[in-house]
Amino acid sequence: MRWPVVIPGLVLIGLVAMLGYGLTRQPSILPSALLDRPAPAFNLPTLANPDRHVTTQALQGQVSLVNVWASWCVACRAESSRVAEITQRTGVPVIGLNYKDKRPDATRWLTVFGNPFSVVAVDASGRVGIDWGVAGVPETFVVDRQGVIRYKVVGAITEQQMNQRLIPILNKLKSAS
Amino acid sequence: MPRFWLYLLGLCVLAALSASGATARDMSDAQLLRYHNLTAQLRCLICQNRSIAESDAPLAADLRALVATQIKAGRSDREIKQYLVDRYGAWVLYDPPFNYATWLLWLGPFVLLLIALAIALNMLRKRRPRSPHGRPLDRARLAAVLDENPDERTRQAARDRDAQ
Repeated sequence: MRWPVVIPGLVLIGLVAMLGYGLTRQPSILPSALLDRPAPAFNLPTLANPDRHVTTQALQGQVSLVNVWASWCVACRAESSRVAEITQRTGVPVIGLNYKDKRPDATRWLTVFGNPFSVVAVDASGRVGIDWGVAGVPETFVVDRQGVIRYKVVGAITEQQMNQRLIPILNKLKSAS
Repeated sequence: MPRFWLYLLGLCVLAALSASGATARDMSDAQLLRYHNLTAQLRCLICQNRSIAESDAPLAADLRALVATQIKAGRSDREIKQYLVDRYGAWVLYDPPFNYATWLLWLGPFVLLLIALAIALNMLRKRRPRSPHGRPLDRARLAAVLDENPDERTRQAARDRDAQ
C-alpha cells in the first residue's frame, strides 16, 4: 500500500469517527460543576407559608430530589406528572425550588398541574439558583443521604431518563447505607 | 443655543445612566472598567453564544448584578471568575483555562499547523527541479548524440532557416 492512499483514508476515517461522536452529544446541555459536591446551602421561605423556612438541612439523612420549576416555564407542566410518578415509584421526596416566580402564580400552578413536592422553597430573586448553577428551568438534582449532589437532569425529564437513569440511581442510593 | 444642546446632552447622559441599571451605579471609573471587562469575558448560559454583557436574558442580568456587587465588595477578577466557575463550570469563561480537559482545544490547532507544515515541506522538496549546477553539461556527449542523429540535425537546420 502506498502512503498517499493510506494517509487520506486514515484522516477520513478519523474525521467520520469524530463527527459521528459529535452527533451523539448535546453540547447545549452543560454538565453540572456541582456533581459529587455538597448541595449549596440555602435558607428560603416556603411557598405554603412565607414565615416558615426550609434549609439545606431538609436534604440531610435521606435521598431526595430537588426540582427547579416556575409557573412561567412551559416544559415544567409536562414534567410535573413525571416528577409525581418518580416520587410514587421510589418513595423519594421531591423538594421544589420555585425559581424567579410570583407566589400567587406558583400557588395557582400547583392546583392546576398537581403538586408532587413535599415542600416548595421560594427563590424569588434567583440567588439560590445561581448557587446551584441553574441555567434554565426545569432542572432536577439527585441528592444523596449525605446531602451530596449525585446526578442532574437539565430540561424536562423524559420517560427514558426517568426509567433508565433517575429511578435506578435513586434506588441504588436508597439501598446504599 | 449652546445652552440648549448642553441641556439635551445632560438629559441623554441621565437617560443612559438610568438605563444601565442600578448595578453599575456607585462604581469608581476603575471599578466600572473592570465590570465591563469581566462581563464581556463571561458567557451567558441561556443564549450560549453571547457574553453576559450583551445578553438580555434575565439570568445574564442577575449575573451582571452579581459581578457588580462582588466588585464593589472588593473581590478580585480572579475570585469572581472562580465563584462562577464553581457554580457553572469552566464553560462560563470565554477564555477557558489550560487543563486536562482543554489541552486538545489549546494545542490542537498548533499540532495541525505542524502537520500541515511537514506535509508542505515534504511536497516542496519532492517537486524542486534538479539544480542546474548539479551536474555539468557534458558537451562532448551531447555532440556525440547529435552526430549520431544526422536527420535531426538537418531538420533543425531547416527549421532555423524558416524562422529567419
